[in-house]
Amino acid sequence: MATFLVRRSIGAILVCIAVTFVVFLIFIVVPGGDPAQRIAGKNATPQNIINIRHSWGFDQPFYTQYWVMLKKMFGGNLVSYTSQQNVLTQIVQGMPATFSLTIGASIIWLFFGILVGVLSAITAGRLSDRVITVLALIGISMPVFWLGIITRYYLAEGGLVTWFPDGEYVGITQSPVQWLSHMILPWLVLAVLFIGFYGRVLRGNILDTINEDYVRTAKSKGLTPRRILVKHVLRTSLIPIVTLFGLDFAAVLGGGAILTETVFDLHGVGQYAELSINNFDLPPIMGVTMYGAFFIVVFSMIVDLFYAYLDPRIRPT
Amino acid sequence: MAQQAGETEFTLDTAAELASDEPASTIRGRSPWYLAWHRLRRNYVAFAFLVLFVVVLAACALAPVYASQVAHSGPNANHVLETVKVNGHEVSVVSAGGYIDKKTGKPCTVSGTGCELFSAIPIGPTWFSAGGKFVLGADANGRDVAVRLLYGGRSSLVVGIGSTAICVFFAVILALLSGYFGGWIDFVITRFFDLFYAFPVVLLGIALGSALAINGFHHFGINIESGSLWIPTLVISYVLVPYVGRPLRGQVLSLREKEFVEAAISQGASPMRVMFSELLPNITSSLLVFFTLIIANNIVLEAALSFLGAGVQPPTASWGTLIADGQNLIVTRPWLALAPGIAIVLTVLSLNVFGDGLRDALDPRAKIKIEH
Amino acid sequence: MEPGGALMAERLLEVEDLSVHFATVDGTVKAVDGVSFELERGKVLGIVGESGSGKSVTAMTLMGLTRDVNAHFGGEVRYKGRNLLELSESEMQGYRGNEIGMIFQDPMTSLNPVYRIGEQIVEAIQAHDKVDKRVAKRRAVELLKQVGIPNPESRVDDFPHQFSGGMRQRAMIAMALSCNPDVLIADEPTTALDVTIQAQIIELIGRLKDDFNSAVIMITHDLGVVAEIADEIIVMYAGRVVEQAEKRDLFYDPQMPYTWGLLGSIPRLDRPKPERLHSIKGAPPSVINAPAGCKFRPRCPHAFEKCVDEPALENRVEKPGHLDRCWLDVEVKRALRDATISGDTQEAA
Ligand SMILES: Nc1ncnc2c1ncn2[C@@H]1O[C@H](COP(=O)(O)OP(=O)(O)OP(=O)(O)O)[C@@H](O)[C@H]1O
Ligand SMILES: [Mg+2]
Repeated sequence: MATFLVRRSIGAILVCIAVTFVVFLIFIVVPGGDPAQRIAGKNATPQNIINIRHSWGFDQPFYTQYWVMLKKMFGGNLVSYTSQQNVLTQIVQGMPATFSLTIGASIIWLFFGILVGVLSAITAGRLSDRVITVLALIGISMPVFWLGIITRYYLAEGGLVTWFPDGEYVGITQSPVQWLSHMILPWLVLAVLFIGFYGRVLRGNILDTINEDYVRTAKSKGLTPRRILVKHVLRTSLIPIVTLFGLDFAAVLGGGAILTETVFDLHGVGQYAELSINNFDLPPIMGVTMYGAFFIVVFSMIVDLFYAYLDPRIRPT
Repeated sequence: MAQQAGETEFTLDTAAELASDEPASTIRGRSPWYLAWHRLRRNYVAFAFLVLFVVVLAACALAPVYASQVAHSGPNANHVLETVKVNGHEVSVVSAGGYIDKKTGKPCTVSGTGCELFSAIPIGPTWFSAGGKFVLGADANGRDVAVRLLYGGRSSLVVGIGSTAICVFFAVILALLSGYFGGWIDFVITRFFDLFYAFPVVLLGIALGSALAINGFHHFGINIESGSLWIPTLVISYVLVPYVGRPLRGQVLSLREKEFVEAAISQGASPMRVMFSELLPNITSSLLVFFTLIIANNIVLEAALSFLGAGVQPPTASWGTLIADGQNLIVTRPWLALAPGIAIVLTVLSLNVFGDGLRDALDPRAKIKIEH
Repeated sequence: MEPGGALMAERLLEVEDLSVHFATVDGTVKAVDGVSFELERGKVLGIVGESGSGKSVTAMTLMGLTRDVNAHFGGEVRYKGRNLLELSESEMQGYRGNEIGMIFQDPMTSLNPVYRIGEQIVEAIQAHDKVDKRVAKRRAVELLKQVGIPNPESRVDDFPHQFSGGMRQRAMIAMALSCNPDVLIADEPTTALDVTIQAQIIELIGRLKDDFNSAVIMITHDLGVVAEIADEIIVMYAGRVVEQAEKRDLFYDPQMPYTWGLLGSIPRLDRPKPERLHSIKGAPPSVINAPAGCKFRPRCPHAFEKCVDEPALENRVEKPGHLDRCWLDVEVKRALRDATISGDTQEAA
């Protein structure tokens, strides 16, 4: 167990280092042209650009530039050049909104995703399965930002009704009730895609598992259908869902909900990156990308550990 | 199964005998492709949605015809100062703004809570009452939305299909190399996949898209200008390679152990031959399914990137940028955002339903259970 | 019922004209078609046939495991007088494991990889006996000991992947016997195992049948497996019974050319090993589009005009109870047979 942990942690650290290198390539090397100008964004003054060139070491050799970037990123000295604000501070400010969005939405999508998957699998081939399948596919096919815009307009802004408050994030400490009412619509909108997707994946897994020999064995022992479904079919069908969930959760936590946050004006981490895109202000995007990668790396490690717990075959002894 | 002692021997004689006994069609029908086609043909829902996709394709391909013959406009033609005859009345394409009631979309006199100030208000959908002009209305720049919708569909489909083709191509090559050679090649390729799994897809796409949007890409003798459709196409294909490559590698890996591959190798077939004439044909059915579903996925991804400004760049229309334009006018002209969204949903849904049907047809395990 | 007195064996199972058809997108699969047999307490019935001949479907139907939306059943399966095909799913549950137990072909995949061996046996016990966990576990250890697992007290907490193939099959047998069923169905219990283990497992099943005073249906595609323990054997082909006889008669006076082929497949120590096992030429028939007439006709070297009509399963030889489906004249057939089975002349060529 200990060696497994150590090995996995070393792997995670290596991936993190590789990620910084990829970020370096994406933002500084690959685009071509003057990196200083790019980092400074669209509205930069010439003086600004000269400062950046110097502080990022763009007149220095390649490895020095990389080193400078690492120092800036991990020293918390990444600075947005349009607003002159520290990137790390801004990310930390966005975290409550992003965490609220992720945790609420993920509970909804996991619950309904499993429900949808189980329902359509146990009625496979029948009408209810077809209906659920079509609904799930529609859910998967809707761009989340479009769904957000439309539901916000029709349900919150008064296009049809005003059941929900219109956008923005209210801190949970400020007013739990307001927080909840502001989050419900974003949660549902973000969850729709995942519900459809998890439902489809789980349905497939269950139908595969039902044909497994050990399920037939369970049946031949005279177990009740419910016990077979829960203890033998779901127990194994859910293992891949656990992996999927861990990684999706991490991605959304790491700024992957950029679209939902933007559409509902939640001022989360993802929206912070989005606000910088139109100014071509790269340091915030760089910061958020790194931040997102960090969560995915950490969570994929957790998922691996959990996976080993769920599947005794790969449990280290 | 393979080691069962009742293993049978199929000679030409017995084949001929069997053929004379059974109707010819059932013998030929044993080919898995035939069976798949047979099953697909009965899946009317999947077919209906395939037709829908073809209709969307055709409509977008005919965008120039619609623009010149019906709407008498172009995708970027600006009609801000013009008027148009709707049911005999002259109406300006873009009227002066004012306070608008959010609920009703009608002008209101005071700036109460339900009112918002708009600088300019474009004409709404005319639904063919203006002789084909502004069928879906105009945008804030006085451009014909119906024309832009069709042209936008072209960009979205070109980026969606193009990025899928490129992505699947590279994913297949990597999967074959990795699965066939194993060893350090496999190690390097899987590490590469792992690395890109560490980024949230949308963020990575945005990072690349926005970094390349400024000066374009100028390396290795490749020059892509910043407004080009190639940028979103390549960005999307690049970020998805690991997601297609990893499952394919798994399939190649398990095929690699199969007897027919071992046999080909022991008979001295070159690696190229084994990869392309033994392994590749056996993953084509999953490729086909992947291809359909990835196009659907990429159309949505393109829309997301363009919506955020990291994909297709203005003034070029795409469904994503149209939704972004429409978002600002949603209170007065909801169709500006509704229409491109519905176009995306229909297109993507048609691909998803068809892809689903295709997978069921090619891999019918769920329906017919074969016990041994 | 015939009069038989106290010595008359108890008839546990009577299968009459059983048919199982599945509707699939590719057509109707007639997996089992008109199968009849009987099973008495203490006896072993062997069911033999090639892959796809419908052996597993027959066996699973006895336990109601083939019930599905697309399955259609005909005939009767009477267990102690009750027609199992008419039972509801929840009534059937009371029979599964409790009255009829089953062992499957592949012990590697037949045990759930995520539960301990003991948990899986305990689950089987608790499905029918309301005993508490500790009692059930003690019984599980006892059962593992009976099937010959060394150190059952500690091995009971192992996961399936920690067991070897032979041990897993022993664990499966322990599980199938945990509720003391009267009929034990073993569906190719040894196919996935290596030869030395095969013999041990067969021997174990034979012994346990006596210990538990039950009856056994032993399914196999290899006549060699049932040569030791079967009392009666039925040979299946394309979902039908093509020959049915006491073991001695089937081995010494087989009537179907198909049976000859199966007999020829048994490797023999008294002859030099041929290049490959003597096997029946041609592919097993499709159960979707089976040929009209005798199902074996397309592959039968002795087929003639009459075979276009399907022969009934009836007694054609001196020995009563020996049934077959072959039009060939018995005397002609015996001569042909002796040339086929003993003469490996044509095979060596
Ligand atoms: N649920 C089902 N739906 C459709 N066809 C089925 C189903 N179950 C079995 N079959 C078909 O019925 C036929 C008989 O299968 P069965 O499993 O009984 O063969 P078998 O004699 O046990 O062969 P093996 O030696 O390979 O185990 C096969 O062709 C199989 O494909
Ligand atoms: Mg079988």
